[in-house]
Amino acid sequence: MNLIQEASLMAGKDLRIEARSRVTIRQIIPFGLITLVLFAFALDPDRGILARVAPGLFWITILLALLLAISRAYSIESANGASDALRLSGLDPSAIFLGKAAAIAVELALLEVVLTVGVIVLFNVSVASVGFLILAALVATIGLASIGTLYGVLASGLRVRETLVPVLLLPVAAPILLGATRAWEIGIDGSISDGWPWIGILFVSTLLFTAIGMLSFGSLLEES
Amino acid sequence: MSLPVSSVSLRSVVCLIDRFPALTDVNLEVSEGEVVLLSGGNGAGKTTLLRLIAGLVPAFSGEVIVLGKNLRINCRAHRDEVALVAHETGCYDELTVRENLYFFTRSRSQPTSVADDALDQLGLGRLADTLHGKLSAGQRRRLSIAKALAVSPRLLLLDEPHAGLDADGREILDEVLRDAAAKGRTVILASHEIDRSRALADREIELQSGKTLPVPAGETEPVKPVEA
Amino acid sequence: MILFKPAVRRALGWATIVALIALALFGLWGAPPDSIQGDAQRLMYLHVPTAWVAYLAFMVTAVASALWLWPRTRAMVWDRVAGASAEIGVLFTALTLILGSLWGRPVWGVWWAWDARLVTTAVLFFLYVGYLALRRVPAAPDARAKRSAIAALIAFADVPIVHFSVEWWRTLHQQASVFDPSLKANITGVMALTLWLGALAFTLLYVYLLDRRYRLAALEENMEEHELATAIAERQAGAGTPGPATMSRSINPELSQ
Repeated sequence: MNLIQEASLMAGKDLRIEARSRVTIRQIIPFGLITLVLFAFALDPDRGILARVAPGLFWITILLALLLAISRAYSIESANGASDALRLSGLDPSAIFLGKAAAIAVELALLEVVLTVGVIVLFNVSVASVGFLILAALVATIGLASIGTLYGVLASGLRVRETLVPVLLLPVAAPILLGATRAWEIGIDGSISDGWPWIGILFVSTLLFTAIGMLSFGSLLEES
Repeated sequence: MSLPVSSVSLRSVVCLIDRFPALTDVNLEVSEGEVVLLSGGNGAGKTTLLRLIAGLVPAFSGEVIVLGKNLRINCRAHRDEVALVAHETGCYDELTVRENLYFFTRSRSQPTSVADDALDQLGLGRLADTLHGKLSAGQRRRLSIAKALAVSPRLLLLDEPHAGLDADGREILDEVLRDAAAKGRTVILASHEIDRSRALADREIELQSGKTLPVPAGETEPVKPVEA
Repeated sequence: MILFKPAVRRALGWATIVALIALALFGLWGAPPDSIQGDAQRLMYLHVPTAWVAYLAFMVTAVASALWLWPRTRAMVWDRVAGASAEIGVLFTALTLILGSLWGRPVWGVWWAWDARLVTTAVLFFLYVGYLALRRVPAAPDARAKRSAIAALIAFADVPIVHFSVEWWRTLHQQASVFDPSLKANITGVMALTLWLGALAFTLLYVYLLDRRYRLAALEENMEEHELATAIAERQAGAGTPGPATMSRSINPELSQ
């Protein structure tokens, strides 16, 4: 099997488990929606402030949901000694990385679709350029899934995994949050020509995190 | 027969688990096609030794050569040819028995028909579409063994495979081990079912406090049953 | 086990003290008060050198981490240097932020401004706080060194991205910067000399602290190795005496693996 086939075997496995356990639909999506509602409580919805800060709130919610998705992705591998079995499975570690990241990206994308509808309805936002929004979200999501998968394996096997991942991940993900938020503000406005530097930032971060992930995942998966 | 080819060769191996010296001085030579029984009390280091040979835990010092590969340089080099029956199945609760097995055979580019055969051999055919999470402990043990067979390993490592098996399961396991020996596979078996295992093994190696005991003279002879 | 010979280290220590005293004298009395900011500007002689040391320290961490990851240069020396340097770096980043805040209050009237440099420094602080948290998790030395080195390189690679994204963010929004160019001190003469003296004094301090922290890490590892040797000897002695020993061994951590 080549890298892509192995990665899709891995992603297929994770998504099948997800389809059976429905953690994204039953837990992560409701979490995202209630977060949006709580933002409205906190920010006084009558003054139009929500529409202005909607992109920021949206991406912060995605970032928080990413933490849950990573935690879930690695709790699958820690039950029944699955991590040992995975290491003995003969799969290329880069493929395991790509597969796991792809599965997380798909789950995040699903959440993003639901939350976008939520933002449009709850925060009264109208979008000028849907294509630009989708492009920015696509690149940002792949980047977030990559860096999440990377830090997930970095902390996996440690007893403090759940608390260590946020403190490592959030500062590193700051440029993606910034880039995606600004790109979405521009996509909602419609003045796309200002937006390309942000797509550039997102693209470079995503490329960097994916490359580091593919290079280092193998040695992080092993104990030595 | 020509000179036996070495399958596992360990020299003065020390191995640490969470800074605890689980293995302190292990010397072990296993030839290709041998069936070896690993005995020793609880905490003697049997599990760690099997995990070391599988490349799952690194050696702290010493020499570790498995299937001609130096694991201290690359602990993954031999993995396509090794299978380990561990205490846990390593399977996913949300997938069925068959889906789990197919995942692990596909990951090694093996035909899935071998997985079906392994399921039948272990008497799990009727459970193929049951979710792993719903299996009993004994059924999980059978699945572990089936999972190891499904990848047609050259080196088969079994860590207390008898635990939780019923009489029928033990018969099947005997058959599996005889079958593996007939196919020329190297088998290392850690078990407390001493009498049953001795009957199948070519020889026995005893671990004590993380140390292999000195091999008595006439090392290649099958071990004679001694009082437990 | 040590970075410097004792004589060199002592000399370094004294040089650091002398340089710091000289900096205090020059900074407080030698240099003239700034024409616009008055005495508040004297904070610059601490603020700029601490910022310089912070960046230097993180640079050293990145280089040491890379040297650990590179198989040919892999040695525990680099892991210790990386860890020690990052600790000093976090300390000095915190000092930079605090001093900057103290300076900003009288000059701009605010403790904090969302200026590109400030935000980048703050993100830098949190990046390496995470790194130190990772280092503090108990693990086998090799595994910890590997994880830490990779995390350090991710953090380091992230710094320019953070910098550029924050820079664009602040300029694109046309926010009035609190850094009014007219407030910028014109640094010449004794003021420039004092600033250079500050950089020298704090660099010396950095090297001295690095050596001390390295020594501590080396001693800790030495102690752990000693304990390990004892543990191996004890367990080996246990072989050949089956019976009661088996009971006490059954609680060993191997079973939880």
